[in-house]
Amino acid sequence: MSLGRAHSVALLGIDGAIVEIEADVSSNLPAFVIVGLPDAALGEARDRVRAACGNSGLALPARKLTVNLSPAALPKHGSAFDLGIAMAALAAEGVVSAESVAGAVHLGELGLDGRLRPVAGVLPAVAAAVRAGFGTVVVPTGSAAEAALVPGARVIACASLRDAAIHHGAELEPVPVEALPALASAEVAEPDPGDLADVIGNRDAVEALLVAAAGGHHLFLLGPPGAGKTMLATRLPSLLPTLDAEAALEVAAIRSLAGRGVPTADRARPPFEAPHHTASAAAIVGGGSGVIRPGAAVRAAHGVLFLDEAPEFSPVALDALRQPLESGVIRIARANATARFPARFQLVLAANPCPCGNAGSRDTECVCTPFARRRYLGRLSGPLLDRVDLQLRVARVTATQLKRAGDTGGLDSATARARVATARDRAAVRLAGTPWRTNAEVPGSWLRSRAGVAQRGATTALDRALERGVLTMRGYDRVLRVAWTLADLDDEPRPGPDQVGRALLLRRAAA
Amino acid sequence: MAAKDELGLLGERLAERHLTRGGMELLDRNWRCSQGEIDLVLRDGDEIVFVEVKTRASVAFGHPLEAITPVKLARLRRLAGEWCAIRRAEGRAIGRIRIDAVGVVAPRHAPATVDHLAGVFR
Repeated sequence: MSLGRAHSVALLGIDGAIVEIEADVSSNLPAFVIVGLPDAALGEARDRVRAACGNSGLALPARKLTVNLSPAALPKHGSAFDLGIAMAALAAEGVVSAESVAGAVHLGELGLDGRLRPVAGVLPAVAAAVRAGFGTVVVPTGSAAEAALVPGARVIACASLRDAAIHHGAELEPVPVEALPALASAEVAEPDPGDLADVIGNRDAVEALLVAAAGGHHLFLLGPPGAGKTMLATRLPSLLPTLDAEAALEVAAIRSLAGRGVPTADRARPPFEAPHHTASAAAIVGGGSGVIRPGAAVRAAHGVLFLDEAPEFSPVALDALRQPLESGVIRIARANATARFPARFQLVLAANPCPCGNAGSRDTECVCTPFARRRYLGRLSGPLLDRVDLQLRVARVTATQLKRAGDTGGLDSATARARVATARDRAAVRLAGTPWRTNAEVPGSWLRSRAGVAQRGATTALDRALERGVLTMRGYDRVLRVAWTLADLDDEPRPGPDQVGRALLLRRAAA
Repeated sequence: MAAKDELGLLGERLAERHLTRGGMELLDRNWRCSQGEIDLVLRDGDEIVFVEVKTRASVAFGHPLEAITPVKLARLRRLAGEWCAIRRAEGRAIGRIRIDAVGVVAPRHAPATVDHLAGVFR
C-alpha cells in the first residue's frame, strides 16, 4: 500500500476541526513535501518527522513522500500534526496497520530523538475529536492526564514515536524512554487568594461583594489608594460556588489552549485574572497573527476578570470588553479565519477617584483640578459602566474600625460562600425554564413582567427617581436586578422596599 | 585507483547488469563530452534511457538516491540532448527519451542492493 491516512485536529479558538492527513509514497527521488496550507512550524514537520523516524528505528522509504492535509482551505498551525504525519507516512509504507492509524486522532510534536512532546490545546482538540466521532486519541504521555478529562475519549498515551508505532501494530521491540513532561507545571499552586475575614471594616463593600457573588453582577469599586479595593476584589473568587462539570472542563480547555497546563486537582474553582493596566486590547480579548490565542478575558471565563486602576487601561482595551459583556462570547476575526472563545466572566473594576487618589477622602486633600478629576473617570466609557450593576465607593479604614474588628471578626469566606450558594439556588429555582441562571443575566422585560414583579409598593422610591430623571430606564432595571439578588440573600420571596432601597444605594454610591 | 572510484565503478557495473537483465539494451557506457559524463545509456522498448548511478557503501550518510539532486538531473538532461544531437548527426532516429536514477548500496562484506527509479526528471 502506498497511501496512508491518519487524522488530527486543527484548532480555531476553542473549536476544532478534524484534519485528514494523507501520505503518498511515489517512486521518485527521495523528497518530503507537505501541502495543504501549512504555517512555518508545520512546514518544519518535514525535518522533525524524518529525523524522528530515523532515530526511532523506523526509516522512511528512499522515495518521494507527499503529505496532504485536508481540508486544504483550513489554515493549520503548529507542531501538533507531527505525530499524525509520521503515522500516515509509516502506514503508507506498510510498517504499521493502516486501518488502526486511520481510526485514531493523533496529537503531538516530535522531538528529533523520536520522543513525543506535549502541545498546547490538547484538551479542546480531544473534545473536538470526540464530538466528530473519533473515540481513540493518541497523545504524548505528558498530555494524557488532560486528554483523559474529556468524557468518552479513549486515550492512548505514548512516550515516543516507537511506542505509537507499536500500538498501531509495528513489529518492534519496545524501547523505554523517559517521557517529556507537560508544558507548564500544572501543579504550581495558585497564590492563596486569602479569606474574606481578612477584610477589616468596609461593611458595605463586603456586602456588595456578597451581592456580586450571589447575583453574578459586575462590580465597580471606587476609592482612595489603600482603601482595600484590591484586597476585596481578590476575595471574590473565594465566594463563588464551585463550577459545574461542563464549566470546569471549559476552564481547563482554555488553560490548555493558553499553554498553561491543566491542574489535576481542584479544577472546579473559578479562575481569577488580573491583567496589568498596560495590557493591549489583544492581550485582553485575545489575538495573534498566526495562531489566535486567548486573552485575559477568555482566561477569566466562568470566573473573575479584575481590572485594577481601570482608568489607566487604554480605552480601546476597555471597550473591547463590551462584546463579551453583552454576549458572553469573544469572536476574533482575522483575514483567514474567525476564532470563537467563551468569555462569560464577572468583571470587577477598581479605580481611584482622581489622579492623586484623594478626592472625596475626609482626611486628605485632593490636589487635582476639577477638570483632571472629571477627565480621569471619564476614561471609563459610559457604555462600559452601564453594564456594571454594582458601583460602590470604598473608604479608607479608620482607627475605630480597626480596633472594633478585633472584637467582632468579619464574615469569613466559607460562611459567605454558603450564603451565596443558598441565594444562587433560590435564583436557579425561580429562573428554571428560562435561559438565565443568575440575576445579572435577566433582561429588564422579564423584571418588569408579571413573573418578576416586586412586592406592592416596593418600587415607589425607584419610580420617583425615574420620574425625576435621576435614573434611566436601563438604570431602573439594574436596580431591580440587584434588588432581586438582595431578596435571595435575605430569604425573601420578592424584593421589598428595603431591598430596593439598598439596591439603589449600591448603584448610586459611585455617582 | 582510489577506493571511491572503485566503488563507483562497481556500482555502475551492478546497475548495468540489473537493467540489462530487466530487458534493456545497453547503448553506451560512461559516455563523455565536454560538459560531463553519462553513466549509462540504454534502450527500453522505443525509449532511450539515460541513467545516473549513485553508489554508497552504507546508508550512514543517507541513501544514495538522496544524493541525486535536481541540479545533477538537470545536467544529465542537457547531456542527453547533446547525446541525441550527435546521434541525429549520424543519421539515426531518436524516439522518446527518459531519465532514470539508480541507487546502489554496496556494503564491503554483504550483497549489494540496487534501487531503480524510472522517469525521475519532471
